Amino acid sequence: MSDSVLIRLFVNGEEHALAAPPQRTLLEALRYDLQLTGSKQGCDKGDCGACTVLVRERSATGRGEPILACITLAQDAQDLAIITIEGLATPAGLDPIQQAFADCGALQCGFCQPGMMLSARALLDRCERPSLPQIQDALSGNLCRCTGYTKIYEAIQVAAGLREPSSRAPVSSEKALPSDQVAYAVKELLP
Amino acid sequence: MSRSSHHERGDIGARFPKVDGAGKADGSGVYTDDLAFPRMLHAKLLRSPHAHARILNIDVSAAERLPGVIATLVGAEMPAKYGVIPWTHDEQALATDHVRFIGDEVACVAALDERTAEEALRLIRVDYEPLPALLSAEEALAHPEIKVNEKAKVGNITKEVKLEFGPVDEAIATAAAITRERYQYAGSTHAPIEPHCAVARVDGDGNLTVWSSTQIPHYVHRELARVLGLPPARVRVIQPLLGGAFGGKSDPFSLEFCVAKLALKTGRPVKILFTREEVFYAHRGRHPMAMDVTVALDAGGRISAVDNKILIDGGAYASFGLVTAYYAGQLLTGPYRFGTYRFDSKRMYTNKPPCGPKRGHGSVQPRFAFEVALDEAAEKLGIDPIEVRRRNFIGEDVETVNGQRITSNGFLKCLELVEQASGWKERHGKLGPGRGLGVAGSMYISGTAYPVYPNEMPQSGVLVKLDRSGRVAVFSGASDIGQGVNTLLCQIAAEELGCDPREVTVVAADTDLTPVDMGAYSSRVTFMNGLAAREACEKLARKLKAAASVRVGDEIELELGTVRGPRGSISFAEACQLAEAAEGAPLSATGGYRTQKLGGNYRGGTIGASPAYSFTAHVAEVEVDEETGIWKVTRIWAAHDCGKALNPTLVEGQIEGSVYMGAAEAQMEEMVYGKQGLLFGPSLLDYKIPTSLDTPLIDALIVESHDPNGPYGAKEAGEGPLHPAIPAIANAIHDACGIRLRELPFYPQRVLQLLQARVPGQERRTAC
Repeated sequence: MSDSVLIRLFVNGEEHALAAPPQRTLLEALRYDLQLTGSKQGCDKGDCGACTVLVRERSATGRGEPILACITLAQDAQDLAIITIEGLATPAGLDPIQQAFADCGALQCGFCQPGMMLSARALLDRCERPSLPQIQDALSGNLCRCTGYTKIYEAIQVAAGLREPSSRAPVSSEKALPSDQVAYAVKELLP
Repeated sequence: MSRSSHHERGDIGARFPKVDGAGKADGSGVYTDDLAFPRMLHAKLLRSPHAHARILNIDVSAAERLPGVIATLVGAEMPAKYGVIPWTHDEQALATDHVRFIGDEVACVAALDERTAEEALRLIRVDYEPLPALLSAEEALAHPEIKVNEKAKVGNITKEVKLEFGPVDEAIATAAAITRERYQYAGSTHAPIEPHCAVARVDGDGNLTVWSSTQIPHYVHRELARVLGLPPARVRVIQPLLGGAFGGKSDPFSLEFCVAKLALKTGRPVKILFTREEVFYAHRGRHPMAMDVTVALDAGGRISAVDNKILIDGGAYASFGLVTAYYAGQLLTGPYRFGTYRFDSKRMYTNKPPCGPKRGHGSVQPRFAFEVALDEAAEKLGIDPIEVRRRNFIGEDVETVNGQRITSNGFLKCLELVEQASGWKERHGKLGPGRGLGVAGSMYISGTAYPVYPNEMPQSGVLVKLDRSGRVAVFSGASDIGQGVNTLLCQIAAEELGCDPREVTVVAADTDLTPVDMGAYSSRVTFMNGLAAREACEKLARKLKAAASVRVGDEIELELGTVRGPRGSISFAEACQLAEAAEGAPLSATGGYRTQKLGGNYRGGTIGASPAYSFTAHVAEVEVDEETGIWKVTRIWAAHDCGKALNPTLVEGQIEGSVYMGAAEAQMEEMVYGKQGLLFGPSLLDYKIPTSLDTPLIDALIVESHDPNGPYGAKEAGEGPLHPAIPAIANAIHDACGIRLRELPFYPQRVLQLLQARVPGQERRTAC
């Protein structure tokens, strides 16, 4: 086991100090040291985006830009202000992005969504009324396996005030006429 | 945000937001890897570096001496074989003497932290005697003397199925048009974003609890008790929130047995979290299949014969493979009527990670082959692709050629919707060079008529409890894997009891607390669990009404938290109090889904039998660059007959996710192995899955055919809508540039090769 180093992290407005091996990733530090388990590990090598968090220089304003916590060393994040999914809601309630994701059915298994919602939040912070290609581009580092991205686009557009949630009504099928010939009965076909 | 009152009420048919949505949105939802316990150990698995070898000796002594290592585990400590299907118990949690693929589990180490456990793996010495490896179904067939898995009775065959319905050869001999081609489906995998994870804990009284990212808590419970030799009453399996599954978490896995055994050995909680690489070895993905398909049409364009010879590459273990061999043939016989039908499918053991049930289990591959062949045969007769599908529609309340009973069938409406939405009549065959439209249809089961292990007990049970505060608690064994069954249970309770769906608590997928449900597979959950829940809630509603009638009179309506009768109204909670007083005991009721006798009267005729079938039609639009072979599917219109949409938002989500996954398999997904059997690139960078930039626009259209047997008329929506995506894309590429793709995935280089082999005049499909 390797020697530990002291690491200071500034997360969701709180300052934390922890002792961890130097190779501790930011994702491990968030999940296992600070118990901020909303950031997810899907691949641990920067491919899936489930660990996305927002970071900015501590002196800067705003929420910051998305980075991948699984390929960032915790030590290297010490000068940054970090926002995880737990830091997106306020005491007043969920962020409009979170609310829209819940309302529009953009959350299926929900596992990729903390990262997805933070990428979406960063997009709306820099572009209030994004076009569909802009949304697709902003989410292209976050893999989702459940939704086909369709309801995620919808949720972002709803959060941006660009549309209402889907309300298309199902279509009833009339009782189908029997096919023009009676289907063969199995018993006649088997020897 | 505007919401209709329907939406607010959350009864059947409402776009009611998911009850676990907020917890998933704010990061507070607990998935298996989010669990931690005091003194918890972390374990890692040692895996075979050989595709096929005999184990001569395993020495863990050096690993045990490493500081921080608490325990090791080898197969001899729990050698019992297991498997999800009782006839094919052919796996061990850790191999005792025989490894069958690169990645097969051999030993396990529990340590204070994950890195120490990983370091300890390198100190384990395993002596192997390498054996010749069989890396394809063809090789496995050619070398019966090399035994991949002793469970195979003949050579390396997991299962062979041969069935014939009617005089196929006669029909082929007199056909007006025939296509006879070979189609190949490359293997693909589920790639849920959550890697498999399991945590075990043993309490002071010897009770074992396993939390696992599984979609089959009941089977895991059964197999854990059996393999560990524990009384089932001492074993509890809990499924926390699940981060995607798609069939990839519907087998018992080595990690569940290993954490349990290590927790028993050490007395400490133990966790195993798979790396992404290990998820690829766990696999159970879609089987590679080679399919020799003949489709014959009569002069009227009716399907007079279908003949399919299918060779299936199963990998090292059976998983659900016995069923796969049947499904590959049995599920093709709708939505069209087949005059005659024959299939011969063989599932082979090979030295690769085991295949299993991926969304649309067993039937996505033959559906691709058949729908492309049908298109091609229709083209020979000059019949429009939608018209040929309409002309062969099997109808409602009919029996398929292989004896499956179809009840409701909204396929014609599905075809009509995608035809209109895509502008088919104006645009098909007329989009100009390199652009095209293609259509395909499909059907799928809403659960299997028979459970995986034969028994007369209900396949799904629900217990509903009311208390004097007006709280409704639903105890359900079903697994919410993201599809939203817990939300549907709240809606069913609201519909039947007239309570506020937000005041319903669902306790789910906990083998100590909840009635048995078979699990989230074969698209059975809404149908079977839904019927069970409705039955329980109906019984409670009768009790509530009887008790409330004393106060408000007869002819009671339960609605919106109010119990209304001719003599006035009382609150839902008051009605609960009256009913509890009348009952003299806590108020509860149970419901169960009982297996129906279904299927053809022949050996295997019950496999593929389902209480209801869903139907789907897709139209895909593509653009092909004829210089490079690079193509893009720009949009897919998907209409799906789910019987009744209990929650249209959730149904659309299932359609969209299915369309995405099918399109992904057409575009890019393949499990590629090297000559030694090593899986290339077991990562989400190398095994490519589509990003937002690769996914077409998806129009999900819901058709309701109101099934007479489903809950409120509902059928499945989770798997059926995947099937037509691949052939619709293949047929669209044909419309765009005249080529027929018969091998998946449709890599640009494959497209380019076919483009270059075109003969003059073949640039477009024949106009109809």
